Amino acid sequence: MKHINVSKIVWTVIMAAFGMLSLLPFLWMLTTSFKPEADVFNFPIEWIPTKWHLIENYKQVWTGGFLRYYTNSIYITLTTTLINVFVCALAAFGFSKLRFRGRDTMFLLVLALYMVPPQASLVPQFLLFNWLNLIDTHIGLILINSFSIIGAFMLRQFFMGVNNEFMESARMDGAGHFRSFFQIALPLIRPGLATYAILRFIWTWNDYQYPLIFLKSKDLFTIQLGIRLFGDQYGDIYSLMMAGAVSAIVPLLIIFAIGQKQVIEGISLGGVKG
Amino acid sequence: MKQKKNSVQLSMGAREQIAGYLFVAPLMIGLVVLTLIPVLGSLLLSFTSWNFVAGIDAIKFVGLDNFDRLFHDSVFMKSLVNNLIFIITVPITIVLALVLAIIIDKHVYLKDMFKVVYFLPYISSVVAIAMVWQVLFHPSHGPVNNFLISLGIENPPKWLADIDYAMPSLMMIQIWILLGYNIIIFIAGLQGIPKDLYEAADIDGANTWTKFRKITVPCISPTTFFLLVTGIIGTFKIFDLIQVLTQGGPANSTTVIVYELYDTAFNQLKTGYASSMALVLFIICLAITGMQMLAQKKWVNY
Repeated sequence: MKHINVSKIVWTVIMAAFGMLSLLPFLWMLTTSFKPEADVFNFPIEWIPTKWHLIENYKQVWTGGFLRYYTNSIYITLTTTLINVFVCALAAFGFSKLRFRGRDTMFLLVLALYMVPPQASLVPQFLLFNWLNLIDTHIGLILINSFSIIGAFMLRQFFMGVNNEFMESARMDGAGHFRSFFQIALPLIRPGLATYAILRFIWTWNDYQYPLIFLKSKDLFTIQLGIRLFGDQYGDIYSLMMAGAVSAIVPLLIIFAIGQKQVIEGISLGGVKG
Repeated sequence: MKQKKNSVQLSMGAREQIAGYLFVAPLMIGLVVLTLIPVLGSLLLSFTSWNFVAGIDAIKFVGLDNFDRLFHDSVFMKSLVNNLIFIITVPITIVLALVLAIIIDKHVYLKDMFKVVYFLPYISSVVAIAMVWQVLFHPSHGPVNNFLISLGIENPPKWLADIDYAMPSLMMIQIWILLGYNIIIFIAGLQGIPKDLYEAADIDGANTWTKFRKITVPCISPTTFFLLVTGIIGTFKIFDLIQVLTQGGPANSTTVIVYELYDTAFNQLKTGYASSMALVLFIICLAITGMQMLAQKKWVNY
């Protein structure tokens, strides 16, 4: 029923051109990963490769340790996300739906800790984990990323949207706090949980600083450390480097394609960056 | 009867009390052990000279020596200055993002697709992206310089390998990464502006520029302010991009506080000295947050 709006079409075309510019590095990465090394720097750029080296490139990348990095990253990211979301949901529920002495003081402490840049505690964190023999272990890396204030804040917002009378009536029926958490509150904020879980997945997958400091052995490396190492080894073979970069980004694109709406909504809530 | 009811309520209150502690305990314990104690640890260690490899007996208390050294340490001062220079990316990103957000919000088809397109760099791994830019900016045969040469520019800059161009190159990449995030936040903010304000302005015959200046800018100011503050704090935490692309070089021209901290603590193993850097970083972030609280009332007109 909408009539065609000429100015809107013009703006769409202009924005598409500008958007294309923003996408160019990704497109270049993709086509380069399909090319034989000799064609990488051909100019003008061959956006569609004249010679294809797709299978050779990706085969070399994936036999060069990527399978290991991938499995490590998937394991670490999934475990971290699961624990992190659960811990944050528990706390968020406590801070929004339960009344107990010291609650506001504790929440104030959480707010204050939110202002601490993570790097300000990095050295003692390393010393603590070193002392606990958790350096160069996946458990250490999972543990360090399992507690996040931003998650507690975000999920608290969602819990505050849950009607209190809902909870009260459950309690009248004799449901304990844990049962009303698992059976009533959690299912009600499922969209919020999904939003946060997807964001947490992306942040953990992309985390570079902690793996860099906490992991030493190559067979424990995450994908981020893996492509970095790969870059050092094959620094002059750009087609392979790009195949590595593509491999590191693809899982994110899949997650983003599935949860696009949630991610954008979650980010729009404001103040969201882990 | 009345008494019985009272006792039931009491025990329910007590149960809620205990449940409350149990619910928040995992997070609180985690935060105390992994954030609060380490920050206090940084504070303590910043007054010492220590290489952690040498063991706890080797800790030497040196008072304020570290801080004295810090401010005479030309590389650290360079990193501070670079962090300040990086702040420039924040307003540039904000202005670009606001313009793009307005266009995407009101004036285009396929709105969701545009959001995704600009958002892509933000969700992609910085390490992967950095490696792409490293090749794009390759001094002798990278696509960027090939393009510039084809335009007739004879000596294009060496970008990341050039003392004068490394910082601007990094800043450009940083803007490209954060643009989408800023756009998404702005679009959310724009949708919160009441439509009747624009309708009233239309009736008064206001043009687009006037509407932008008199309605959009003031109404969006809380969002702008939020992006400004979080953006500035964000620039002080910048690390991944630097570590992958330049490692502070060439000739320390792109080093930043967090990179110095990392290098000092984990490559040079100067635990105490690195902690004093951590404390400076913490104080800077605290000061920005403090200024934010003070400025909020003045700047944000809503």
